[in-house]
Amino acid sequence: MVEKVRVRATLNGEPVDFLVAPYESLLDTLRDELGLTGTKEGCNDGNCGACTVNLDGRIVDSCCVLGAEIDGSTVETIEGMAEPGKLHPLQQAFLEEAALQCGICTPGFLISAKALLDVEPHPSEDRIRFWLAGNLCRCTGYDKIVKAVQKAADSA
Amino acid sequence: MTTETTKGKYNVIGTRPIRHDGYDKVTGRAIYGADIKLPGLLQGAVLRSPYAHARIKSIDTSAAKAMAGVYSVITNADFPGVHDTLVDLGEGAINFRYASNNVMAGEKVLYKGHPVAAVAALDKNTALEAAALIKVDYEVLKPVSTVMEALKPGAPIVLEDLEGQDLGEKIDGQTNQANHIRHEFGDVDKGFAEADIVIEREFDTAMVHQGYIEPHNATATWDEEDRITIWTSTQGSFPTRRQTAGILRVPDSSVKVIPLEIGGGFGGKIPSYLEPVAAILSRETGRPVKLLMERTSVFESTGPTPGTWMSAKVGVKNDGTIMAATADLRFDAGAYPGSPVGAGMMCVFSCYDIPNTRIDGYDVVVNKPKTAAYRAPGATQAAYAMETVIDEICEKLGMDPLEFRIKNAAKEGTRRADGPIHPIIGAIETHEAARASDHWNTPLEKNGPDGKLRGRGIASGYWFNIGLKSAVTISVNEDGTVALTEGSTDIGGSRASISMMAAEVLGIPAEDVRPHVADTEGIGYTDVTGGSRTTYATGYAAHDAAQDVVVQLRERAARLWDVEVDEIEFANGSYQSYADPELRLSHKELASKLGSTGGPVVGSASVDPEGAGGAYSTQICDIEIDPETGKTDVIRYTIVQDVGTAIHPAYVEGQMQGAVAQGIGWALNEEYFLNDDGAMVNSSFLDYRMPTSLDLPAIETIIVEVPNPGHPFGVRGVGEVPIVPPVATIANAIHDALGIRLRTTPMNAGSILSALAAKK
Amino acid sequence: MHPFEYVRATSVDEAIAALAKHGERARPLAGGTDALVMARAGRWELDALVDIKHMPETNILELGSSEFRLGSAVACYRVYEDEQVAAKFPGLVDSASIIGGIQIQSRAGLGGNLCNASPSGDGIGALIVHNTTCIIAGPNGTREVAAEDFCTGPGRSVIQDGEFLVEMKMPMPQNDFGAAYERFTPRNEMDIAVAGVASSVQLDGTTIVSARVALAAVGPTPILSSAGDLLAGKEATAENISAAAQAASADASPISDMRGTAEQRIHLVGVLTRRTLERAVERARENN
Repeated sequence: MVEKVRVRATLNGEPVDFLVAPYESLLDTLRDELGLTGTKEGCNDGNCGACTVNLDGRIVDSCCVLGAEIDGSTVETIEGMAEPGKLHPLQQAFLEEAALQCGICTPGFLISAKALLDVEPHPSEDRIRFWLAGNLCRCTGYDKIVKAVQKAADSA
Repeated sequence: MTTETTKGKYNVIGTRPIRHDGYDKVTGRAIYGADIKLPGLLQGAVLRSPYAHARIKSIDTSAAKAMAGVYSVITNADFPGVHDTLVDLGEGAINFRYASNNVMAGEKVLYKGHPVAAVAALDKNTALEAAALIKVDYEVLKPVSTVMEALKPGAPIVLEDLEGQDLGEKIDGQTNQANHIRHEFGDVDKGFAEADIVIEREFDTAMVHQGYIEPHNATATWDEEDRITIWTSTQGSFPTRRQTAGILRVPDSSVKVIPLEIGGGFGGKIPSYLEPVAAILSRETGRPVKLLMERTSVFESTGPTPGTWMSAKVGVKNDGTIMAATADLRFDAGAYPGSPVGAGMMCVFSCYDIPNTRIDGYDVVVNKPKTAAYRAPGATQAAYAMETVIDEICEKLGMDPLEFRIKNAAKEGTRRADGPIHPIIGAIETHEAARASDHWNTPLEKNGPDGKLRGRGIASGYWFNIGLKSAVTISVNEDGTVALTEGSTDIGGSRASISMMAAEVLGIPAEDVRPHVADTEGIGYTDVTGGSRTTYATGYAAHDAAQDVVVQLRERAARLWDVEVDEIEFANGSYQSYADPELRLSHKELASKLGSTGGPVVGSASVDPEGAGGAYSTQICDIEIDPETGKTDVIRYTIVQDVGTAIHPAYVEGQMQGAVAQGIGWALNEEYFLNDDGAMVNSSFLDYRMPTSLDLPAIETIIVEVPNPGHPFGVRGVGEVPIVPPVATIANAIHDALGIRLRTTPMNAGSILSALAAKK
Repeated sequence: MHPFEYVRATSVDEAIAALAKHGERARPLAGGTDALVMARAGRWELDALVDIKHMPETNILELGSSEFRLGSAVACYRVYEDEQVAAKFPGLVDSASIIGGIQIQSRAGLGGNLCNASPSGDGIGALIVHNTTCIIAGPNGTREVAAEDFCTGPGRSVIQDGEFLVEMKMPMPQNDFGAAYERFTPRNEMDIAVAGVASSVQLDGTTIVSARVALAAVGPTPILSSAGDLLAGKEATAENISAAAQAASADASPISDMRGTAEQRIHLVGVLTRRTLERAVERARENN
């Protein structure tokens, strides 16, 4: 019987302290242990980006990280993107540009796009498409997603 | 921006409000099927066949049952036996016996991934580990994987008791041919004899998957009164209820389906795979049970679209008039009958007015997962055949492909090859808009950088669109906002469009509508979100329910002013008396007086409209091919489509763009790659290659509006027709670039290299 | 998936002890983008994953006067975001920037790519053509293995129970050295090589003093091709490069599978060898 391990980390700006099975992914940890279901499972093998979170300043596929690995780290998920009562400009742009249809890939795209704009405030369309290629969308054909990112960049 | 025809005509329709569920979806608050949590929830896992075709000799669940943390292990023995009953689900009928066997295999497994057992346990990993301990003794049989192999004498028989049909006659003995039907009109032999040019070609297309990002899910409880509650991501709560109840042999009313948000469907989330399994696990354990599909199982065990063998033959006169056309469409149904070959037959020639036609369609079972609807099911395949033959004909004639299409276009009064007469349709308008487009009028430089070669392709498509049943209720709040209850699960922003139509009638802003997608006990029967019917039929119901509200509000105004109701006029969102214009209240003002005039006002409507309008799309693409590697990049794409009336243009554009992206993936890379044992080997997002953002250009949309007289706002379904042309469009572009015609999908780099080598 | 323990090692010795304790039922964990997928798919049955990211030795990224030291846990993004490393080793950047996508590159590194020993590993060829030496630590001390000898079969390497890759080191490029990697994939990103070629050349004037060509996805392991030796002492002409490309094609022994046919791969090796040699020569000429 494998024992749970204790993890202490910073999650969306707040300290968390929890037990998790050592073999559980960060994705499952967020969704099942910590009650944050905004991060989604699409493939569980690092090929679709629906589970993207920001770990210590880098976007990662949380299905390929263990929950136990974030001990001492900082994690940001979609639930931490908006301020109370105020959307992040990317979230607002996604709504205005209709950059979501079913919305299942949207949290992953928002986390990825935010990481891009945080380091490159005015990326070219090519650069946006390259950066977001690790996030699959099957509904939109990406056109409005790219336009939403450009809109958010332009409004900054 | 709104299109010309709607400008000035409507207040709300044609605008682009933020969708009502948008805030929840961009913040991660929205609850999708996998997100639901219940007290005492157990997690399930399904054991699936590793073989494409085998007899199950025995199943030993003892080791799994004995594992700590396991609460139940079930097999087909725990399911009630079901009889053959055919029920229409809106996009294809199902046979309950086959559906039940598909959900949990009986004597045979018919495809790799076919479920054979299921486990409920304390956590997901325990359930998976327990499933791995179940011992199944298989007698492996030879599988058959393609239509043409399955039709050969001596082919392995998939369904031993299948009663095959051929043109209305029962086939003697065992067969894999479920059905062969034919539509015939005029005299094709005479037509071909009178033609100056006749071209006949054969095609092979691979099975492909809808590729939605959210895997299937179902959570179920079975209580002490034998009432079953299901939480699921579904394209239709009522069809899910019917399938689940039918497979479990309980009355429909014993099953309540609560639809959660859904992460894509495209037709693939109409069939029930997990709901009955979760329900039986709950019955056995007395606890709620959740089942989530792994991505591998989504590919191997749900409902892709058929692979096909097809032939198409078209004869034209030198002036471009089509004289005759025949098509032979052979679709693999997967393990059980019911491919969408019929729908393909309805669409294959429907862009054109052809006096002499014959279409044969074959529904053939093979050892692959049972096919389901995939966005205009069957039409993409059919268009690949027809539109590339047309392209060859235009080339031989030296005729502009758009002029050819306009000349031969189907229009109001044209007889569709399967019989119905077209009502008002927009084929010609769509072609004309393509002809006027910037893309079509921008010459393409054939030589790209670094030795790459460029080409341009054009193709068209048709989808008939359906109506079917929807119900809506609208309840007026005292502040003038309205609560709108409907049953169409929202996969693409439909809540917004439906709300906008109600708002248009009521004369209020779209933001004043609070839409709610109800469960099967909260709204009247509503058919699937699919078939391009939601904006059309549920919108129709919203329109009618809003009109019912208006009727009641007029009565309230009359009561308030103590006048006859005939005296009350409703216009521009206000209620006033003809006789005394001083007597006038806005909707909002009248709403505040409901409490004192009789209480709440609730309008409702239930519809089954028959005037769904067919839609056309014409698409243009430019591609660039590296002849050294065979790699194709799409560098420009324009989609033109007749939508009737664009209720929310952004979501209309989104449907057009998303379907094109799927079509591009279908054309260039997607396929079910089977090994020699008939098993799919590329069941992951790594090797089932859907386009990424770096694989696509911006997708330009041109909305054409030829309003459908069969809808109060002129709506035509928009979701499906855009996926019909892309595969053909790209095939034609490849020919323009390289001078080769590919008639097998996917038209990937390897096949392009082979074709180039063969050409030398 | 068989439940496993997570051990965070903070020193080389601690990692060795944890790995040795479980033998073949323990594996080192770096980026995790292959390891967790393999464990979940049941390809490995493990009792422990030993995290080797939390020690200085595996995180080293150091340009020395004669050697470049690259820790086994260094993620791809650190290679291409470090301006000096990127300027000196564009051939490594070619690989590091196309493994998966941005999310993968945040975690996956060339070390893990090497240890995963996939025949189509995008980083392995680049390491080979940079004359990389792999430093492995284990219960019997450390040992060194040339990158071209590291992989022994699909998914198999020289790493024994209790051992792990600590560091990779390669000579600092001299003047007139250039390297490049290119692969063919059906999609523009998030894909796996149907065929890939890494090339490096050391020029002296217009003569190729030495060259290396390594092939990916066309054999059970990455292949150090004879094409490199063929070019030694020859002029960097189109004709000689073309001959080298043909030699590389002849060295390829691919299978046909869902990603491509053998014929296609052999053809691609020729094309990619030519292109990467041209690019390596171009970079060598810029690098003086």
